[in-house]
Amino acid sequence: MDSPALEARLITKYFNDPVRVQVLREISFSLARGEFASVVGKSGCGKSTLLYILSTMDTTYEGTLLIDNVEMGAKKEAELARVRNEKIGFVFQFHYLLNEFTVLRNVMLPGEKLGKYSGAEIESRAYEKLKILGIEGEALKKPYQLSGGQKQRVAIARALINDPLIIMGDEPTGNLDKKNSEIVFAIFKELAETYHQALLIVTHDQEFAAQTHRIIEMEDGRITNGATAAGIIA
Amino acid sequence: MKMPLLYSVAAALLQARGKQTLVAAIGVTFSITMFITLLSFMSGLNQLLDGLVLNRTPHVRLYNELQPAAEQPVDRYTRGQRQHNFIRSIKPRNELPRIHNSSAILAALRRDPRVRGVAPKTQAQVFYNVGTVTLNGTISGIEAEQENALFAFSDYVVGGNYRSLNTVTNSIILGKGAADLMLVTLGDVIQITTPKGDHVPLKVVGLFQSGLLEIDKVQSYTSLATAQKLLGESNNYVTDLQVKLHDMTLAPRLAKEYAALYEVQALDIQTANSDFETGTFIRTLISYAVGITLLTVAGFGIYNILNMMIYEKMDTIAILKAVGFSGRDVRRLFVMVALSIGLFGGALGLVCGLGLSALISQLPFTPPSLPTVKTYPVVFNPVFYGIAAAFSLITTYLAGFFPARKASQIDPVVIIRGK
Repeated sequence: MDSPALEARLITKYFNDPVRVQVLREISFSLARGEFASVVGKSGCGKSTLLYILSTMDTTYEGTLLIDNVEMGAKKEAELARVRNEKIGFVFQFHYLLNEFTVLRNVMLPGEKLGKYSGAEIESRAYEKLKILGIEGEALKKPYQLSGGQKQRVAIARALINDPLIIMGDEPTGNLDKKNSEIVFAIFKELAETYHQALLIVTHDQEFAAQTHRIIEMEDGRITNGATAAGIIA
Repeated sequence: MKMPLLYSVAAALLQARGKQTLVAAIGVTFSITMFITLLSFMSGLNQLLDGLVLNRTPHVRLYNELQPAAEQPVDRYTRGQRQHNFIRSIKPRNELPRIHNSSAILAALRRDPRVRGVAPKTQAQVFYNVGTVTLNGTISGIEAEQENALFAFSDYVVGGNYRSLNTVTNSIILGKGAADLMLVTLGDVIQITTPKGDHVPLKVVGLFQSGLLEIDKVQSYTSLATAQKLLGESNNYVTDLQVKLHDMTLAPRLAKEYAALYEVQALDIQTANSDFETGTFIRTLISYAVGITLLTVAGFGIYNILNMMIYEKMDTIAILKAVGFSGRDVRRLFVMVALSIGLFGGALGLVCGLGLSALISQLPFTPPSLPTVKTYPVVFNPVFYGIAAAFSLITTYLAGFFPARKASQIDPVVIIRGK
């Protein structure tokens, strides 16, 4: 394994509204390529906040964030958008599919934005991703015609379209029943092991976390199981 | 870059809010339609009213007004001596208001490349005799062909043919008002009294109606030769030279030039009709102001609808940003939405404006004072369409810009966490 997919150094974050509260305290860790990590902790411990910082959507923090060995702090908004587009796939608790487009088009959208492949190539890649997730039959439906589990799988396919370095999830199974959760978990595992993509999943589901390669526990804005986190920076 | 992608996303957003989009577009269409119709109609009316004056007014009128001589004999006699003469009650010399050397001036003017045409005129004060009653009258001796070419004379001849002035000797085109008073019609012979007291019979070959009753009661036309005969003057007696120019704006300058060159009085159209230009300007200003107000109101409609769309589509904006669309992309997206409303509504508005103007131009409109006008006057000027198109795009761009900027500043984290 060469450089880590993602590396956080001493990330600290405050919320200033209504009073200044420190939500993250000097968080340092790194995520290797192909590593499937879960972040667990009580509500309000800062895990989602950390995830949004790591995904480059939240830029008001102290510390250093490196994605694919490139420092993110100095980048402009448009450059960060490009990084999100190219290197990060995001799956949210809520599916956030665009009802105006077909399932296929939803999956294609980030690919079209990246513009690396032609339209036809993106379409065939999108079909491929939908096939991995077992929902290629729904490609031409609109998202509101699908079940919750199917929608979440479409959202995962969308996160995969650009073959991102890291896939991040904010409770991606939070709204799913057990059966669908298991399907999603199996897909994630396959992505890490077969396609060698790094996964960082925030979850409440202890059962889900237990099956991942690595569990990062958080409490009060700190990582508490530092000893078990293999890649921590000294 | 990625413009086609943004287009298709914009199109999807528009489709999702189809009805509102349509309402916004109809707003633009309506305002553009009204803008074009209003301007076309107002310009038509302006041209009609301008025509009333401009068609009949020479750009430069050369004449010789009877004035006391600027230099009195006593001044000439005492020149060089240190004295100042006070003379009271100076009277003009007893002479007729003719232009001296008129035929030479006429020839020179006709060679001037800036001049479109010159029509000579001889004015005579006469009395129309109706039994024992006499009516005041003015007879203008004209060259009928020239007068028609330069001043659309035939438009105002409501009975008979203006060319008869040349073919029938001792003929007159009588003012309609005067003819009504005298109970005469085409073919009748009237008696007039010349300034010298002679009685002359003239045959009525036409009736003239300017639309201004006071003029129609007094003014009549005859041929230049007949007028000279009435006055008992030679065939080079001309009181007015009416000059039409290719470029009307040169009139004040040329008036000065001719006055100095030919030693006559020269009056340009701008000086003679200064109040009337003000009227035209104000009317144009009002129609533009109303048109632009309509467009601005339509702009606010678009602004509202886009603002609403942005609130409704917060999730969409957030996810677009999360998957890698930058703030700039989002801003462009909404500006595009606004511009497509403007483009579609505006294009339809141009067509509807043309249609409505065409419809109005077919409506019958027969003012009694304007015998040549049969329908409402409408001007089809491409400039109006250009202004309307440009303005619809500018308004919709501005209406879209601010909501779009707001959309581009939406923080995806806030929205995604809010769920």
